[in-house]
Amino acid sequence: MCGIVGIYLKTKKYEKKLGEFLSGMLDGMATRGPDSAGFAIYSKENKNIYKYSICLNQMSLNEFKIKISKLLKKIKLTNYSDHVVIETKDKPHKVIEILQNQLQSVSLVGYGKSISIFKQTGNPKDVVKKFKLSSFSGTHGIGHTRMATESAITTQGSHPYSTAEDECLVHNGSLSNHNNIRRFLIKDGQKFNSENDTEVAAGYISNQISKGKSLESTLKKSLKDLDGFYTFIAGTKNGFALLRDEIACKPAVVAETKDYVAVASEFQAMAHLPDVNSAKIFEPKPGVVYHW
Amino acid sequence: MNFDLNKKKLREVNNYLQNIDRKDNKRKFELSNPQGQHAICVGLKDEIDVTIKGHTGYYCAGMNQKANITVHGNVGTGVAENMMSGKVIIKGNASQSAGATGNGGTLIIEGDASSRCGISMKGINILVKGSVGHMSAFMAQKGNLIVFGDADSDLGDSIYEAKIFVKGKVKSLGADCVEKKMDEKNINELNKIFKELNISEDPKKFKRYGSARKLYHFKIDNLSSY
Repeated sequence: MCGIVGIYLKTKKYEKKLGEFLSGMLDGMATRGPDSAGFAIYSKENKNIYKYSICLNQMSLNEFKIKISKLLKKIKLTNYSDHVVIETKDKPHKVIEILQNQLQSVSLVGYGKSISIFKQTGNPKDVVKKFKLSSFSGTHGIGHTRMATESAITTQGSHPYSTAEDECLVHNGSLSNHNNIRRFLIKDGQKFNSENDTEVAAGYISNQISKGKSLESTLKKSLKDLDGFYTFIAGTKNGFALLRDEIACKPAVVAETKDYVAVASEFQAMAHLPDVNSAKIFEPKPGVVYHW
Repeated sequence: MNFDLNKKKLREVNNYLQNIDRKDNKRKFELSNPQGQHAICVGLKDEIDVTIKGHTGYYCAGMNQKANITVHGNVGTGVAENMMSGKVIIKGNASQSAGATGNGGTLIIEGDASSRCGISMKGINILVKGSVGHMSAFMAQKGNLIVFGDADSDLGDSIYEAKIFVKGKVKSLGADCVEKKMDEKNINELNKIFKELNISEDPKKFKRYGSARKLYHFKIDNLSSY
């Protein structure tokens, strides 16, 4: 099953409430995915500052603080449940190398100038509270509640998957040719951290974008290359895109007002949003890329 | 009688509406704040009028018998699925599989219906004032799917003896579905349906589609396809 949600703010009016909105949306989708939850929040970038979202796994916060302070200078570290977000001017290639070689027991969930990304096993209703999602502000965000089917209930198996700077993907459905696509992408230099099918789709999108393709044309091409059934929400720092496969058995509904665009697997995830009853509500068509 | 679904549990409300005291005179009900909940007003079996103010989730008015249910909002997947009789009116849009496997009664969608509207319908009349999504009337067996707008691709794929009437454009027809002649009998049938529902519409503007009946029997020529 799984539930996916996304909210894009068209005006500044609700920027401080973004986390609160997204939290309610994940809460509403807990019924579709009680195993784990994750979300990505995009906020305005701060010049040369990069944000690295890191899951500590088994490492204690103190141990991590001591270790990272020896490896990176001038960082701002904020703790959220078992995650930390590090803000620094150090560029991704340097930080990723340090994490991979000297801090193997923690995992980098995502990074970029705009994105903060968190995921954890457990009921979404609890996960959003642990991360204090309702206190976040930002411009847009996407989220996922997972009912695990093709791989185990772990943080690594949870969405969103981020495979490049400021990019991430959530997925409701399953892909049948992911092993084949993964092999092609690995040959092309893409790296994967899990056996999950969605990570392959995220890697596929990042791979195409790194070659200069637009998100829209990448998603159109994915209709041919990715076999399976899916509703995708792909986030970038400018907004997000939505695509359903051509059979469209996985649901999606869109509500648009003058202030925001909300996407969810089911309407009940957005019933709490302001003015939603007077919003323009429609079901996205199969095989059509929508982006905001 | 009014029910506020913010205050009262849906299960209690459904239970009440499913077990109407037939000696009681209460016959009109209004439900507010549905908040997209699933299975609102399923399994009603008495001649009552229910108005739902707001958007509903999956399977709204499923398995309906005799009741008249009006939704002032949009509905999720499988509205009025397996309806037996009665009337369900949707003022907004419907999600996929509207009226699926419906045996009887009337489903009116004033907005658009999405994919697979009337899938495997078995005798229901479905009227969609807007357009329908792809694969509508898939494997439809009996009844009428009447579309005032357009139909998306693969209309009537693998259809049996249901009838499809479309006023607008049909993007493409599914396997074994063909355009059929709109004769006097069909026009009268549509006229009768419109008249009963107080709809002023000219049946002659509709085209009719149905089964070519070529998939009904095994053909030895197709053996190599299996």
